[in-house]
Amino acid sequence: MVRRYRSAMSDPAPARWLLIAVTLGFLGVFLLLPLITVFVQALWQGIGTYWNALAEEDTRAAIRLTLLTAAIAVPLNTLFGVAAAWTVAKFEFPGKNLLTTLIDLPFSVSPVIAGMVFVLLFGAQGWFGPWLSAHDIKIVFALPGIVLATTFVTFPFVARELIPLMQAQGTEEEQAAMTLGAGGLRTFWHVTMPNIRWGLFYGVLLCNARAMGEFGAVSVVSGHIRGFTNTLPLHVEALYSDPGEYSAAFAVSSLLALLGFVTLMLKNFLEWRHGDELAALRGKA
Amino acid sequence: MDISVRQLGKKYAAVAALHGIDLDIASGELIALLGPSGSGKTTLLRAIAGLEPIDSGRILFGAIDATRLSVQERQVGFVFQHYALFKHMSVLDNVTFGLRMRRRSTRPPRAEIRRRGLELLKLVQLDGIADRYPNQLSGGQRQRVALARALAIEPSVLLLDEPFGALDAKVRKELRVWLRQLHDETGYTTIFVTHDQEEALDLADRVVVMNAGAIEQVDTPAMIARQPKTPFVAEFIERKAAATT
Repeated sequence: MVRRYRSAMSDPAPARWLLIAVTLGFLGVFLLLPLITVFVQALWQGIGTYWNALAEEDTRAAIRLTLLTAAIAVPLNTLFGVAAAWTVAKFEFPGKNLLTTLIDLPFSVSPVIAGMVFVLLFGAQGWFGPWLSAHDIKIVFALPGIVLATTFVTFPFVARELIPLMQAQGTEEEQAAMTLGAGGLRTFWHVTMPNIRWGLFYGVLLCNARAMGEFGAVSVVSGHIRGFTNTLPLHVEALYSDPGEYSAAFAVSSLLALLGFVTLMLKNFLEWRHGDELAALRGKA
Repeated sequence: MDISVRQLGKKYAAVAALHGIDLDIASGELIALLGPSGSGKTTLLRAIAGLEPIDSGRILFGAIDATRLSVQERQVGFVFQHYALFKHMSVLDNVTFGLRMRRRSTRPPRAEIRRRGLELLKLVQLDGIADRYPNQLSGGQRQRVALARALAIEPSVLLLDEPFGALDAKVRKELRVWLRQLHDETGYTTIFVTHDQEEALDLADRVVVMNAGAIEQVDTPAMIARQPKTPFVAEFIERKAAATT
């Protein structure tokens, strides 16, 4: 018994090294190499060209549009996510499973379809198209459409992080706050919020990363007007398909790669610093 | 404050239903709700607090019909079985929460809130740990913080759900004696839920024995032990006594 136990605990050294080598090799080829390629290509023609590509008028417009879109979509989904998680985690009502399934819908639907839906609804030939053009409101091929598509695609991030967390925490602390005289809003701010803040931050982080990086859905509704309706990912594609701007495409890509990198660092920092609170979340997810 | 329960009914409940409960509690009494799990004792306690909606009947706090009051308006001091301390707040902040949540017109000044918090911690013999956090405390200490927090709002009634359930036997006995002393000092009308007959008979002025959502007997511990009114009471008291010896 004892011998079997020991051999189960420590695989033979060659097997261990092989496993580590395969894992690291896989990570290197599929994750690290592409990331390095992006930065190498971006800086291929020197730092001067790199800066020029980033300082170019259309690129700056794309950066502004991406930031603006995220600045609208992320707070919206944060509000929605907290409300939805609160509803699902703290109340019992008929149709609750359906609601939970619906929250996940944007994850299961291809982003292209998500974009198409908004074109079908608000495009010139769409259901509300005539009414919108009569009132001179532009949604598709303009900022509102981009924000709508981004919001739709990034809809589940915050809610999905918070639901398991809030379910694990239960409602006893809220009940205690109520018996002590705190109303609904004060209970939320003083009791619920501090308990979910790191999970919430985590969800917002992922939501933001996706909001800034979304390509498919935004591509359908944007119309690809350079300098006006191109977000960063769309701008990368536009530059990339232009043979003269090959390295500019990588320069702009490096910004997105950097965003991903910063997101990961923050995520790891959160897990390291507030692992206990997030454990409840990971355990159930 | 006197507490009266009149024909309280609850058809569907997660834990247990209640059927036409009538109960009168005099001001300053220490009452035990005793029964097996599923007997409705916790549901009754939560109904008095306003945490559990009821289907029929009335609950009176003195002359006031509390049935129509919200949880907040009832001003009950509720001690949860697992204490439900606010994890992210220091012990002192936990205790003063009720005072800090008051409307500005009735809220004491900061220094006064702090003074009263420290005074309560002294009352529950926890002075010196005001700045610690709940996860740094032992079970018995958490229990007393929860009690101090409930007392801070000067409750109309003190309600305790299985107050010693999560503690080991030795601490349980100590806290029992201590709770009795605290009750005699402060004079709050107190109702606690327990499934432990020894605890109920030892501690309470009167014991309410419950079974299947109804009250079997309400009496002093001596009368319950000597003259059980129903076979259920007799058996519950006896079986429990046999189990604990």
